[in-house]
Amino acid sequence: MQPEKIELVCPAGSLPALKTAIDHGADCVYMGFRDDTNARNFTGLNFSFDNAKEGVRYAHAKGRKVLLALNTYPQADGWQRWRTAIDNAAELGMDAVILADPGLMQYAAKTHPELRLHLSVQGSATNYEAINFYHEMFGIRRAVVPRVLALAQVEQLMAGTPVEIELFGFGGLCVMVEGRCALSSYATGDSPNTRGVCSPPKAVRWQETPKGLESRLNGILIDRYDPEEKAGYPTLCKGRFDVEGETYYAIEEPTSLNTLELLPKLMNMGIAAIKIEGRQRSPAYVEQVTRVWRQAIDSCRRDTQSFTVKPAWMAELGKVSEGQQQTLGAYYRPWK
Amino acid sequence: MKPFLIPQSISALVSLLPQYPHAVIFTRAVNLALNDRLRDEVWQPLHGKRVCIRVKDAGIAFHFTLDAHGMLARHAVSRPDLTISASAQDFFLLALRKEDPDTLFFSRRLLMEGDTELGLLVKNTLDAMELPPLDFHALLPAHLLGRLRTRLLA
Repeated sequence: MQPEKIELVCPAGSLPALKTAIDHGADCVYMGFRDDTNARNFTGLNFSFDNAKEGVRYAHAKGRKVLLALNTYPQADGWQRWRTAIDNAAELGMDAVILADPGLMQYAAKTHPELRLHLSVQGSATNYEAINFYHEMFGIRRAVVPRVLALAQVEQLMAGTPVEIELFGFGGLCVMVEGRCALSSYATGDSPNTRGVCSPPKAVRWQETPKGLESRLNGILIDRYDPEEKAGYPTLCKGRFDVEGETYYAIEEPTSLNTLELLPKLMNMGIAAIKIEGRQRSPAYVEQVTRVWRQAIDSCRRDTQSFTVKPAWMAELGKVSEGQQQTLGAYYRPWK
Repeated sequence: MKPFLIPQSISALVSLLPQYPHAVIFTRAVNLALNDRLRDEVWQPLHGKRVCIRVKDAGIAFHFTLDAHGMLARHAVSRPDLTISASAQDFFLLALRKEDPDTLFFSRRLLMEGDTELGLLVKNTLDAMELPPLDFHALLPAHLLGRLRTRLLA
């Protein structure tokens, strides 16, 4: 089965980024509001209600879709904020909301039955039973599956569910204990699923020292780079630590996922959409990455058989990658 | 593309010049270029903070603060609240929205020291502006003179 169209879903941290994505060929953009209801809760990033309205208008005028990420877990003192975000999404005419919390799904399904629901990667559903549960209970129409599955596993999962599947195609990787990661809260008291940030900027410090560039999280030294060494995001999972006298990436290396070469396979599998990570990035990144993926998807749709990845595409994506290196991640591992 | 760097011999000479006049010219130019966009209340957290823009290859550092009226040149302090360092070419690419700050950071071409949250506010607020911070059309002499005239007559 080949889908009529595989959707390219691009990140938008601001109105200019949204317009850039649309202008360079995104089928959908995804965004968040300016608070902890989304997992990129950074100072100055994201959309006010009015900005979001203009974004939806711009996208719809060009026949594209806007998805709203409400992908954090409501905290006891903030339930109203998350609920208002759902109401606002419905009022703005969002094409879907991306949710992780079942309580929020129930609220959305009951209050706004016309609002399309997507299961966030933060929902951490790695098998069709889990996805079908969300489908039966709340009418979830699409699931973004965690990046821990091999393609063979994704294929197996797809055979057991009517729910559309969206996969990550490009962008920063994390340790992918999606929806359950609380690692940074040991250093900062905040975690991505509760406050929408792995490393709250107020806790991050970079400093050039005689020993190299030091990166600290709430005072804790998490990495030190030599002058020519590539750097990564200042998160605990990507730090280098002293483990029994040896200093190395004890959890994971800073790297970006890049699945361009799997594109024919993903299309033949009937994947509904490919997601590009990076709402925290600038319009320049959105432009570069959207352009490459649009070209690649169009080229692959024209002829899946003879599709080849252009070196220029890889170079462009390599340049914007974290740590400036790329991987196929779990998708292409032979073992299960 | 290989990054262009100003030759060391030139930057060594430039770094011997007094820095304050540069900062005055720089802040005037930015105030003109960004015009009313610096008066937005989103910049409030930055008011009164000591900011330093360090053009590494030119050997120049611009020290300034921001208030409700725009940028103000300041004399150098040893520990600004926020220091942003890059080469002249990379600052130019950032202002034109041709390069992403995270991309430059990963390759060690951009560094932000001090209060990271302030730095992120600057980055994200500039990103959220409808036009790139450096818009060539707005910088045409006729436009700048027009703005200068309006301001002087106001």
